[in-house]
Amino acid sequence: MTLTAAPPARLTWRTAPRRLIPANRKARVGLAIIAVYVLVAAVGPWIVQSLMGLSPTEITGAVLQPPSAAHPLGTTQDGTDVLAQLVVGTRTSLLVGVLAAVVSTTLSVAVGLIGGYYGGAVDSVLGALTNVFLVLPGLPLVIILAGYLRGRGGPFAVALVIGLTGWAWGARSKRVQTLSLRNRDFVLGARLLGESNPRIMLVEVLPNLLPVISATLMLSLVTSILAVSGLDFLGIGDINTVSWGTMLYFAQQRQAMVSGAWWWFVPPGIAITVLGAAAGLVNFGIDELTNPRLRGARRKGAQ
Amino acid sequence: MNDEQAPAHTAAEPVPVLEAVDVTVRYPVHRARGESVHALENASLRLIPGRTVALVGESGSGKSTFARTLALAQKPTSGSILLNGKPASAQGRRARRDYARRVQMVLQDPFASLNPLHRVRYLLERPLRLHGSVTGREDLEQRLRALLERVRLTPPERFLDAFPHELSGGQRQRVAIARALAVQPEVLLGDELVSMLDVSIRLEILNLLATLRDEEHLAMLYITHDIAGARYFADEIAVMYAGEIVEYGSAEDVTQTPAHPYTRLLLDSTPDPDRMEFLAGRTNREDGEPDAATDDYGEPPDLVHPPSGCRFHPRCPLARAACRTESPPHVQVTDRHWARCVLLVEPGDGASRDTTTAEVTQ
Repeated sequence: MTLTAAPPARLTWRTAPRRLIPANRKARVGLAIIAVYVLVAAVGPWIVQSLMGLSPTEITGAVLQPPSAAHPLGTTQDGTDVLAQLVVGTRTSLLVGVLAAVVSTTLSVAVGLIGGYYGGAVDSVLGALTNVFLVLPGLPLVIILAGYLRGRGGPFAVALVIGLTGWAWGARSKRVQTLSLRNRDFVLGARLLGESNPRIMLVEVLPNLLPVISATLMLSLVTSILAVSGLDFLGIGDINTVSWGTMLYFAQQRQAMVSGAWWWFVPPGIAITVLGAAAGLVNFGIDELTNPRLRGARRKGAQ
Repeated sequence: MNDEQAPAHTAAEPVPVLEAVDVTVRYPVHRARGESVHALENASLRLIPGRTVALVGESGSGKSTFARTLALAQKPTSGSILLNGKPASAQGRRARRDYARRVQMVLQDPFASLNPLHRVRYLLERPLRLHGSVTGREDLEQRLRALLERVRLTPPERFLDAFPHELSGGQRQRVAIARALAVQPEVLLGDELVSMLDVSIRLEILNLLATLRDEEHLAMLYITHDIAGARYFADEIAVMYAGEIVEYGSAEDVTQTPAHPYTRLLLDSTPDPDRMEFLAGRTNREDGEPDAATDDYGEPPDLVHPPSGCRFHPRCPLARAACRTESPPHVQVTDRHWARCVLLVEPGDGASRDTTTAEVTQ
């Protein structure tokens, strides 16, 4: 008896990082862009504030300066540095997005997995709950709740609101996936072996949902960032924190467009757009990885 | 050769470890109309330690339903499953585990029955941890190796850290068998466990199972649609048609002197050098036209509305008018060989079959 397939490279600390890089080019590009954002959010504020000596909040006399050596992205009407705001705003926006995405994805996985696995009455109750959240108009609800909070609790309260209202679609897709997985032989096998239901859900079914989970996580990360930026832009978020949304809010309030201060509103706009594009690329990539038919079409088209 | 010779051998027979008594399974299909699939009707079977019973029949004859019912993965509509003479139950986690410790099932498709995300080590570790009272790392490692060696996956180190997709179909099925054996069960249910494998590997797996059965004194149920393989591997054969057991007997009796017309059709469809004269006598192809009555061109029966009388009558080459209305009698052919067919009580010559029945179904 010999192995028919060539033995794969053993999983070691040296080969593990290579496995994390997807083979798909779209996913790779998207992930690379997101990695840059994460890097900026992690070390950017420190570099900008400590090394370059720029402050995102300090009001100076240098008002509405175009980009220069001292202020690489110019200054606002208050004389604060745009680059510093952008970099600090990246951290805020990403943290808010991650929190909202984690909350909504966790909820969607829990509801979808439990409903899909147990079926019956459990599924009916959870399904009804999901449908209620689906028909609730998302953005108006978030606006009302955020308006009620009025900045109390900071940006994370808004993130929580977005997370708690945005899980329903994800729950549907995870429920459907679980329904198909539940009838697979390996689930029956685990049951016949005497495994407990929670263990089957967590160890046998959940890992098979990971592609779907990571896809929705990416998507909800970006939609959450967009939602928070939108709220901040409307001025119903927490306007005391520096984020992409508040940058745009003040740029609009102080009529940056009229005074021709493009360096004030273009950078946060580009930051949001590029992040959205990156998430889109990752989603396309994951689609192609999990749906072999798309892969085949692409290859045929390339020939 | 009739009903009066009631089974008098029961006293001498060894005690069955797992027994199905008059098990009926119906799946509801259309609740509003109250319709259901009659997947299994009054099926009884006894599994005896160290012996193999083969359940033979075509697709949709209820074999898998029967196996699942025996594994308590499917609740019977009526009838009962007895484990060591006591009604078995898998209600609740404890009961399910206790049952799993004694009765294990190997599923048909080794490509679907092993979670693709777990390594062989994990797949084999779970049953050992759940049922095997492992004492420590060292002990676990030894048992894993022993298991792989028992199913002839050697050297074990090469397989322990492999994922299922790195193994061939035969190797996966060995892992699945090892997984079931890890529990040290008393009963092993095999649902078409070689049908997905390459022909060249089937014999290996069957021989392996036969050895394991003899070594571990396992009671084994072997489900298959291949009656020739069943004859080779099993001690007894139960032939199923449309959810009913239509013939039961020792593997030799059923294959050499089939009593039920369906068994004969099954055997006809298998080339067997011992039975060539039987084949030659029955095939009727001079006219080149498919003959609905003598060759088997019938449709599998509709189990939502099963045929009246004998369920096999629409396809039976020897069907008579009575077969359409009367349910066939249970006839003891020899001591340990019975079948459900009216022809065994009133044998007529094959030529006088009711042709109208065959026409009606066309």
